[in-house]
Amino acid sequence: MSNRFGLQKAGPRNRSDRRAELLLGALACVVLALIAGMIIFVFEKAWPSFSHNGFDWFSPFAGGNVDDELVHIFESPSNPAQYVYEMHAWPLIYATILITATAVIISTVFAVLSAMFIVEFAPEGIRRLLEPVVRLLAAVPSVIYGLIGILVVVKFFGDHLITQSARDSVAGVAALNGFSWGVGALILTVMITPIMIAIVVDALRAVPIGWREGSVSLGVNRWRAMWTVSVRAARPAIVAAAVLATARALGEAIMLSMVTGSVGFKPQPIDGLIFFVEPARPLAATIVDNAEGLSVVPFAQTLYAYAAVLLVSAAFLSFGGWYIRRRLRAYTLSPI
Amino acid sequence: MSTHATGGGRLDAVRKRLQAPKLPRPRRDRGVLREEEVVPWSVGDRIGVAAAWFCGLLLCAIAAAIVLYMLVRGLQYLSVGALFEHPVILSTTQSTGTAGGYLDPIEGTLILTALGTLIALPIGVGTAVWLSEYGRPAGLARAVESGVEIVAGTPTIVLAIFGLLVFTQGAFGFLSFTAEGGAVFGRSFFIAGIMMSLIAIPLIVGATRESLQSIPAHVREASYALGKDKISTIRRVLLPAARKGIATGTTLGMGRIAGDTAIVVILLGATPLEPQGDVPILRVLQGTGSTLTSYVYNNSPAGEGNAPQKAYAAAFVLLIIVILMNFFVDLISRQRSDPWAR
Repeated sequence: MSNRFGLQKAGPRNRSDRRAELLLGALACVVLALIAGMIIFVFEKAWPSFSHNGFDWFSPFAGGNVDDELVHIFESPSNPAQYVYEMHAWPLIYATILITATAVIISTVFAVLSAMFIVEFAPEGIRRLLEPVVRLLAAVPSVIYGLIGILVVVKFFGDHLITQSARDSVAGVAALNGFSWGVGALILTVMITPIMIAIVVDALRAVPIGWREGSVSLGVNRWRAMWTVSVRAARPAIVAAAVLATARALGEAIMLSMVTGSVGFKPQPIDGLIFFVEPARPLAATIVDNAEGLSVVPFAQTLYAYAAVLLVSAAFLSFGGWYIRRRLRAYTLSPI
Repeated sequence: MSTHATGGGRLDAVRKRLQAPKLPRPRRDRGVLREEEVVPWSVGDRIGVAAAWFCGLLLCAIAAAIVLYMLVRGLQYLSVGALFEHPVILSTTQSTGTAGGYLDPIEGTLILTALGTLIALPIGVGTAVWLSEYGRPAGLARAVESGVEIVAGTPTIVLAIFGLLVFTQGAFGFLSFTAEGGAVFGRSFFIAGIMMSLIAIPLIVGATRESLQSIPAHVREASYALGKDKISTIRRVLLPAARKGIATGTTLGMGRIAGDTAIVVILLGATPLEPQGDVPILRVLQGTGSTLTSYVYNNSPAGEGNAPQKAYAAAFVLLIIVILMNFFVDLISRQRSDPWAR
């Protein structure tokens, strides 16, 4: 709680004021209780799936085909004693990490460069055009990105970039028809870059002008002044932006379920270039794809286990981001 | 001895770095020094600037491509009449046709956005006021703060299935409808609206807090000096002053609600408007429906409909709604905000 103005929380009080404070505090507590409830409920529901599989749930070496396991769980007998829970979710976790990391790394570079362009290098006209463009790109609903992805990008990849020999080389293992984690990561990059740009631009603008002027007057050119002074001072904001973008990327379900092929396949880096067009399916997309199965008890518990993993990652992200920001803040005066 | 040697080496390095860069001698024949003449641009610097330019222009190109493509496709497949027609239920007709309109999804988007915003606005503003003006005990305030941050980072699909988990409990039967046997359906505008409000709350809290904190302390002091107590200061002075921030946050939240798909697919049923019960307005809110986002999703090749023309047309309508909201945010943020700015 940074409190810039000492008097903000003081002030004259009487009974009606006390009542208002209690009311508003209760409102805030409702929000808090809701979140606590969410975490508890989801975990309680997810527990059987975790407890039946133990560490194999997360283990990269557990093997098995996720889609087959999902089918078995879905078809498990209605007698609770005979519920099937076997789930080795590593391919889904792997796909989530792969897509999110690729998109976040590319878009961090892209967002920092674009933000520098907007703040320092763009001519006035382009700058004035770019700001609403960034806001627009950030506001386009994910389903529209998904629609363009499935009807244009996936089609283009499938028709023009993937050769028949490539298709034959993995025939029987994976279908290369354009639906791929690479397309998903590409579109995800377009989706999360604008979110990051907005934050980084604000931070770059907030760097005291004197710092940059000082470095320029020492004979440094504009690029170096930007890169070594402003971008460095804005590091906490860049971390904050990356964290926010990662959270969005982790949770993106609809667009990824549309373009990544919805196969619980684990893309293999040893396949060379084909690697990028192999299908996959991240956790969030798996939940959307299988939402009809929520009425089957063990199946629902498995889906809630996916949700629990996502929830924990989101919480860790926000705490990790807060911690890194605090560490970095020691070196700067950035307000964020 | 060895430490001295390395220390000396480091000193040399520092000295080297501190040496004044060799500047080219300014040419007398040009009146004004160009920047490049004073400071040499290394290859790396040039590549950096080129990359920045490239990224900026690529961004423009991507946005232009998306908007133009949607415009072309939208105008190609959208007819004005279809905006006011009910959709044809997918299972009864050939799904490849262009029959049916988008009235239900449009209504659904409007109802859901309004409902979600109505729920989120008081909670968001109240929480923000409490955080910024009261915030005691400090531990609780910090907990609420991180709670809001966690909600902001929670995937909407997780919110959606959490909503399903909660609202299929018998106690919440009045929010959707209860089948014979006591099973609660758990899908309705009410339920989707409540979960949608969770998307908007962090945005509203953030924007409201920020604008409350940017109000100078002397404004509060002046109000107290006139004999106002704290709550009336908040109501009469601070909230009106924070109007712009609240409006920006709310509009952003509306955009996010209108654009979300996962919650609609799971908690609204993605059906045509199907009111339940017989109380006039309540029956719509208790019933299921669809929004433009779920309509696009269901009609894309990924959904069961596979009618790209319809998906394009509905996506075009959705994009226009989003652009309009964007425009309003722009309009709000251009207004003169700070009445105390010098």
